[in-house]
Amino acid sequence: MDALLPRTLEEALEARAAHPEAAVVAGGTDLMVAVNFGRSRPAALLDLSRVESSQTWQRDDGRVFVGAGMTFARIARELREFRPLVEASRSVGSPQIRNRATIGGNLATGSPAGDSIPVLAAYDADVLLASRARERRLPWHEFFLGPKQTALAPDELIVGVEWRVVDAPGSFAKVGTRNAMVIAIAGMCLQLDPAGRTVRLALGSVAPTVVRAPEAESFAAGAIAWDEPERGLPAAVATEFGRLAISAARPIDDVRASAAYRNHVVDVLARRTLTWAIDDWRDGRC
Amino acid sequence: MLIRSRINGTECEVDVSPLTSLLTMLRDELGLIGSKNACEQGECGSCSVWLDGDVVCSCLVPAVQADGCDVRTVEDLAEDGRLHPVQEAFLDAGAVQCGFCTPGLIVAAADLLAREPHPSDEAIREALAGNLCRCTGYQKIVDAVHLAEETPA
Repeated sequence: MDALLPRTLEEALEARAAHPEAAVVAGGTDLMVAVNFGRSRPAALLDLSRVESSQTWQRDDGRVFVGAGMTFARIARELREFRPLVEASRSVGSPQIRNRATIGGNLATGSPAGDSIPVLAAYDADVLLASRARERRLPWHEFFLGPKQTALAPDELIVGVEWRVVDAPGSFAKVGTRNAMVIAIAGMCLQLDPAGRTVRLALGSVAPTVVRAPEAESFAAGAIAWDEPERGLPAAVATEFGRLAISAARPIDDVRASAAYRNHVVDVLARRTLTWAIDDWRDGRC
Repeated sequence: MLIRSRINGTECEVDVSPLTSLLTMLRDELGLIGSKNACEQGECGSCSVWLDGDVVCSCLVPAVQADGCDVRTVEDLAEDGRLHPVQEAFLDAGAVQCGFCTPGLIVAAADLLAREPHPSDEAIREALAGNLCRCTGYQKIVDAVHLAEETPA
C-alpha cells in the first residue's frame, strides 16, 4: 500500500492530484473507525498530519483564518475569544479524540452532526479549498451538499476556514445522551450581532445538512430592542423565536432520537441560546 | 512500510502496513499488551497512549502517523518495579474491578495530573470522559485521582 507523506501544502496538492484514489487522513478519528470495521479499504493513504502550515491560525483585519489541520484540543485552548467555537470544540468526542480530530476533518466528513459546523454556519464562514491548479473560496452553505456530501473535488484539499469576527455574545449548545462521546441529537449555534442588528441561528443534526433558521433570524432582528439592551428579552419573543426555529428543521427519526423530539430540542435550545445572548449583551459580557 | 518510533524511550523499527493501527503495532508487533483493544472506534479509551505528549486512542492512529514520533504507553509508568502514584492510588481506592479499562484510565489520569496537579471533580470527569468503565460506576476512579494528587510522584 502506498503512503504519501507530504510535509507542505504544495507537496500535498501534488500527491492529491497524482493519487485521487488515496484516502486523505488528518486526525484519523473518522477514517480509522471505517478501516477498523472493514468498511473502508483504501488503496493508498495521503497523510496530512505532517503538513505543519495547515496547523496554524491567524487573526487580522477583523477576520480569522483557522487551518484545516488545527485539532479541536488546540482550538479550545488557543481560540478562547470565540466562545461558541470553543464550546463546540470541547463537546467533540473526548480528550483523546480532540487531541487528534481536526476542523478540516469535520468539514470533509460533512456530517450534519459535525459539532463545529453549526458554529461555522453562524459565523458565515467560508471554506478555503485548493488544488494544484486553483484555489476556491466557498461560503459554508455551498460546501455542504447533503449528508456526508461536500463540494470538495477529487483533486482538492481543504486549506481552512475563514470568517469575519463579530465581537458579541453567542453560544453553542448540544443535546445527546451524555456530555462526551456523543453524536448530537441536535446541536445549535447562536451568534448575536448588535452592530449589524442581526441574529444568526444555525441548527445541526436536524436536516440533511446544517441549516440556518432565516425566519427565526429575521423575526429576532425585528423584535430585539437594539438600542435598549437593558430591556432584555421578552418571554413572548423567545417563544416565537423557538417556534420559528423549528420551521427551519427537517429532522428524521433515527437510532438517536425521533423527529418530534428533535423539534422539541430545537425549540428549547433556540429560546435558551437567544436568552443567554441577550442577557450577556445586556450585562456587557461577551 | 518500515515505521520508526521511539517507544517508551527505546527506538523501535516495525514493518507494518501504514493503516495498521498504532494499537495493533504495539500489541501484536511489539508485545506491549498493556494498552487494551476493546471498541476499535475511539469510544472506550482502553487503548490510550501518549503520542508526542498528547493522550490519544491508539486504535485510531494509523501506524504511519506514529513514524518519527515519541510514543509512551502504560508500561512506562512504573519505574524500577515501583508503581506510579496513579497506579498505587487505583489499587488503594478500589478503582479496579475487572481491570480491562484500567490501563487507559491510568494513562488519562496521569496525563491530567501532569497538567493539572489539583483538579476539581468536574475537571477529573471531563478529562476521563473518553474512558469507559463498566464495573466501578466511576466514583472510586475519581477518588483514586484525588488520592494520587496527594502522593508525590
